[in-house]
Amino acid sequence: MIENKKFQSAYNFAFLDERTKREIRRKILKAIALPGYQVPYSSPEMPIARGWGTGGLHVSLAIIGRKDVFKVIDQGSDASVNACSLRQFIERMTGCRTTVDTAEATLIQTRHRIPEEILTEQQILVFQVPQPEILRGVERLETRTRSMHAEADYSKLWVSLYEAYVRYGSLMRGAGYPVRVNGRYMMSPSPIPRWDVPNLSDARCLYLFGAGREKRIYAIPPHTVVEPLEFEDVRFRVEDWGATACAYSNARDAFLDEIYEDDSSRKFVVNDSNFLDKLRTGPRPPQRLFRNPQ
Amino acid sequence: MGYVAVKGGQEAIANAAELVEYYRLRAATPPIEIEQIRTQMRLLVDKIMGEGSLYAPDHAALALKQNEGDVFEAAFTMRAYRATLKREYYSEVLVTRDMLIRRRISAAFRDIPGGQILGPTRDYTHRLFQPELTTESMPSIEEFLQRIDAHIDPAKLTAIPKFGKVIDVLRAEGLLLVRDEGDRRVVDVTREAIKFPAPRSAALQMMARAETGGLMCLGYSTMRGFAAGGHGTVGELRVGDVAVQVKDPRGRVRYLGRITVTECEMVNSSKGSGKKGSLPLLSVGYGLCFGQNETKAICMGMLDNSLREPNEANPANSQEFTLYHTEGVESYGFTNHLKLPHYVTFQSGLDNLREAMQRTLASYAGLTVESPAK
Repeated sequence: MIENKKFQSAYNFAFLDERTKREIRRKILKAIALPGYQVPYSSPEMPIARGWGTGGLHVSLAIIGRKDVFKVIDQGSDASVNACSLRQFIERMTGCRTTVDTAEATLIQTRHRIPEEILTEQQILVFQVPQPEILRGVERLETRTRSMHAEADYSKLWVSLYEAYVRYGSLMRGAGYPVRVNGRYMMSPSPIPRWDVPNLSDARCLYLFGAGREKRIYAIPPHTVVEPLEFEDVRFRVEDWGATACAYSNARDAFLDEIYEDDSSRKFVVNDSNFLDKLRTGPRPPQRLFRNPQ
Repeated sequence: MGYVAVKGGQEAIANAAELVEYYRLRAATPPIEIEQIRTQMRLLVDKIMGEGSLYAPDHAALALKQNEGDVFEAAFTMRAYRATLKREYYSEVLVTRDMLIRRRISAAFRDIPGGQILGPTRDYTHRLFQPELTTESMPSIEEFLQRIDAHIDPAKLTAIPKFGKVIDVLRAEGLLLVRDEGDRRVVDVTREAIKFPAPRSAALQMMARAETGGLMCLGYSTMRGFAAGGHGTVGELRVGDVAVQVKDPRGRVRYLGRITVTECEMVNSSKGSGKKGSLPLLSVGYGLCFGQNETKAICMGMLDNSLREPNEANPANSQEFTLYHTEGVESYGFTNHLKLPHYVTFQSGLDNLREAMQRTLASYAGLTVESPAK
């Protein structure tokens, strides 16, 4: 029968063994030194499935300390089942305090959103990334995309934007809008909505990106210039809800979810769950807002 | 929102876990013992050890039990556990020439040195139901075992011989293509991300861990015209036990134990070295996997050949296509992540589509159409 001591024993602090943590930390440092560049890393299997946040977990678990206060959001919500699952896992493996309050967290792991509230120098936002390669849509082979990045050859990406404009009258990029980091690497911001993209630039916090299945880590250090791709005469635009306000808080100027009721009627609600809580209970937290060009 | 909703999510997870456990047990049948799974589901355990990349039959049996027989989940459980284990040693090279053979066949020659040994296989069993198994009992099992024992004449037992390799015959005659393997480093794909072009060691490691069905799909495609080389020949397929040895800190080689493996050498025609007048010598593709999993070893052998003839037009000639997409734990996880909510990304796309619709309608009819969102 199974008589392995290890089989019964407790796991290391933050689950990963120290050697793996060290390896991942080194790769994170490299990623910070080369903003927007995808650094390959070991990406060991986790007890969470590939595609469910393993890359974010690797990064979070490699850098979390005992004093960190942890928050997990999925699609902007602390309550999403997978956010709950990841939060429970990290809590079990570290004993760290968790929170839903964006301002209180020192480490936030997110899937597909940047919190509306401004993040500070004291905070790190870790993105879960399904597909780190922004060029994958125009070039399927990894060997080629790597050399395209090395040579800063992004013509295919520009052409794809131009073609979308010619066909449909706009750039037609939804979530995961391509950005250029520090004037050099084109980068996928993970599938955050365009609404969040301007917040990547000149931020006060550190952004780390973990793509577990594809085994890549990348980063945007604080106060780095991040530009969404646009043409001089066709500009980047964020999602626009016009005059629609949140059905619960009556607020505008936040990313809104479209919700259908039992009678098929539709309403719009602020997506960021903690931001919505704060809007309903007290003063509006500080935000950086981007205005679409006229 | 806030704590109440978060608590709701956590409760939902806990309830779902309990409910699925209830589904496992609700018929209140006697529990399947780990030992029963390990012994009577031998081939499944072998498959899970291979795809789970961990030679641990009891763990594989437990993984099967707790996942209600879901092979993908079981292999995933093995991998997740394996990733927490410390790497104390790297083994010495397995010497499959010294394999304690259970089964060994060659399709290339009628007779081979040492002879063909059919061994335990269902290859020639007619696929008819065995109704008697529905009433199988301990006495019937014991009776069967006694009958087998009675066949064995202890006087005729000899030491287990070692068998030469069939490809040695071909090699001695100079029929094998000697390839310039280029990058001969032995990388560890579990400790560093694979880069392309990947050295052969990385490709073979990835395939040894790959999902059997995925490998079969691509291996099969090579025989249906989607790769150069076509229908290969099983030079030799052997199943048996090999010794695992490690070097201790004082440099002495120590025997750790033995594992069952399936090894296959697939022989394919090649285009030769490419130089004018070069002969289309035979290329040997190598497959090795844990346990008895002949489909996997054969497909791995075919793909080892096809991957060394790069051609992006064919999935089986492309390392990137083959190695990334036969990785079972990754493809399984990502396929299932589609069940996660995607409403933010979906909203972002809808916003574009609605605007585009509005523009198109306006341009056709000279009308402005009120966007439902505004």
